[in-house]
Amino acid sequence: MSLKDRPPVDKQSGTLPRSQMQPDHQESTRPERVGSLTAQQGSLMHTEVMSLNVGPQHPSTHGVLRLVVDMDGEYVIKVTPHMGYLHTGFEKTFEHRTYQQGVTYAPRTDYLHSFGHELAYVLGVEKLMQAEVPERATTVRVILHELGRIHSHLVFLGTALMDLGAITLFFYCFREKEAVQDLFEEVCGYRMNQGYFRVGGLSRDIPDGWADNVQKFVDSFDKHVDEYASMFATNPIFLDRAVGVGVIPADVAIDLGLTGPNLRASGVPLDHRKANPYCGYDSYDFDVPVSQAGDSQARFVLRLDELRESAKIVRQALKRLKPGPVKDPNRKISLPPRHELETSMEAVIHHFKLVTEGFHPPLGEVYVPVETARGEVGYYIISDGGSMPYRVKIRAPSFVNLQALEYACVGGQFADLITVLATIDPVLGDVDR
Amino acid sequence: MPLKELFERDWQELESEGILFSSLEKLVAWGRSNSLWPATFGLACCAIEMMSATDGRNDLARFGSEVFRASPRQADVMIVAGRLSKKMAPIMRRVYDQMPDPKWVISMGACASSGGMFNNYAVVQNVDSVVPVDIFVPGCPPRPEALIFAVMQLQKKVRGEAFDQLGNQLPMVDAWTR
Repeated sequence: MSLKDRPPVDKQSGTLPRSQMQPDHQESTRPERVGSLTAQQGSLMHTEVMSLNVGPQHPSTHGVLRLVVDMDGEYVIKVTPHMGYLHTGFEKTFEHRTYQQGVTYAPRTDYLHSFGHELAYVLGVEKLMQAEVPERATTVRVILHELGRIHSHLVFLGTALMDLGAITLFFYCFREKEAVQDLFEEVCGYRMNQGYFRVGGLSRDIPDGWADNVQKFVDSFDKHVDEYASMFATNPIFLDRAVGVGVIPADVAIDLGLTGPNLRASGVPLDHRKANPYCGYDSYDFDVPVSQAGDSQARFVLRLDELRESAKIVRQALKRLKPGPVKDPNRKISLPPRHELETSMEAVIHHFKLVTEGFHPPLGEVYVPVETARGEVGYYIISDGGSMPYRVKIRAPSFVNLQALEYACVGGQFADLITVLATIDPVLGDVDR
Repeated sequence: MPLKELFERDWQELESEGILFSSLEKLVAWGRSNSLWPATFGLACCAIEMMSATDGRNDLARFGSEVFRASPRQADVMIVAGRLSKKMAPIMRRVYDQMPDPKWVISMGACASSGGMFNNYAVVQNVDSVVPVDIFVPGCPPRPEALIFAVMQLQKKVRGEAFDQLGNQLPMVDAWTR
């Protein structure tokens, strides 16, 4: 709606009529805001709607999101996100890469929980190929998936609270983040954007002693989570800025298609690890934290609880780690081991075929939802029988969650918009793809 | 010591007493090189490693570059961290133009330096085609140590200790350049 089409300002209250502020949603869920001016004072003052541009180069947008915010004084009446400033053309790029090469691209969409995207892509292709993943590979995947969630939530806590002015927590969260990245580096040589999973297993086995290092990390981790909580959870400034700010009720959250912690903070206990178990998540004992409040504080605290649950899953998975193969024995999918190439002609042929053109999945379409730190991630892959996907559509949770921004912000103050944007926790690589 | 003595005595003798002599240019360049304030220009994955460079373990503050300024008008160096889409390119140029002289650019990561793995319609293949780049950092993403090394290389360039491909010494920026 342009400024010209906007209805005239109500001279009595000095604001736009309530019904015009939120044309799309019901009014009843939102309290009337209380202005400091009396009706008479307001009538003397000339007010007009101001459009404020936030971003795309702005430290609080967690990347390159651009928001055009229409403001009535201190109050937000409309938020228009403009996206595409980090559009990278992932979906198109997948179409001219083989299935195995696609694994390298998947983690770069959501670089904070990169293993989540990697897993979603790999599980999709595996379902298409009907590959069998060995037990050990699945367990390692679960460990890395949960460590990735820890990594993502730690970056969230650090940066989101920095947006609220609490700088100390950033350094504490990044201390543990570095520890998690060390574990990633040990296992696959990369601190971020790993590309460690393969269709049919892992690229190589985990190094010796890695499981012990993970055990050491998760054993001390609960203590650190308590430490984070003690730093902000009862801080009156934090509570003032977060409690009751940006409330998203459960029905609205479902209508807008929210997933992940944002949905669970509104009281809907949907978690694909429980609802559509993959990687044997149904056999792990863990809780799905749910909060009823739906405000910014709930979204903060819920992620703290998720950190604890993730550490719990990692501890259980470490107990299950048994020696064994980490690749599908099917030579049509996974590369033969190096020593076989010297003795077997078959192996050389398989190696050549896999490296030069890759495998050919049968005709079909596939979608496997995976619960990442941001919500449901799925790769909708269409195969035309060739060695490259015909089409890949990424269901990116950040993109969908961002829809809630306008609902949660309208009627609040501008400072609350920063809080809400931080707690919705979009990753712009995930939004724009 | 009276000021008169400073001009009458031998400078080597004075240096042994702890008084250093330098040209204004060198002094300014030394000051500049040790307080290179970056503009926050995090785009993608590299931005996370750029943030990691300032955390407790890597501590970019040791080299005077930890003060990430949200406003380009207060910054000396722009760290282009991540893939630059064609939609973002004009905005990056505008941010660069808003920075006061003298200014430098570090192109962080494979995507910013060469397009990296994204050779497609959406990504600018080299940030150097939009802004003049001083340092390219390889990696996807580069480790924080790599970024710190890049900052140290840039410090050398600022102090006039850097060389081009032909071995010619690059001049330092004039002290009076604002």
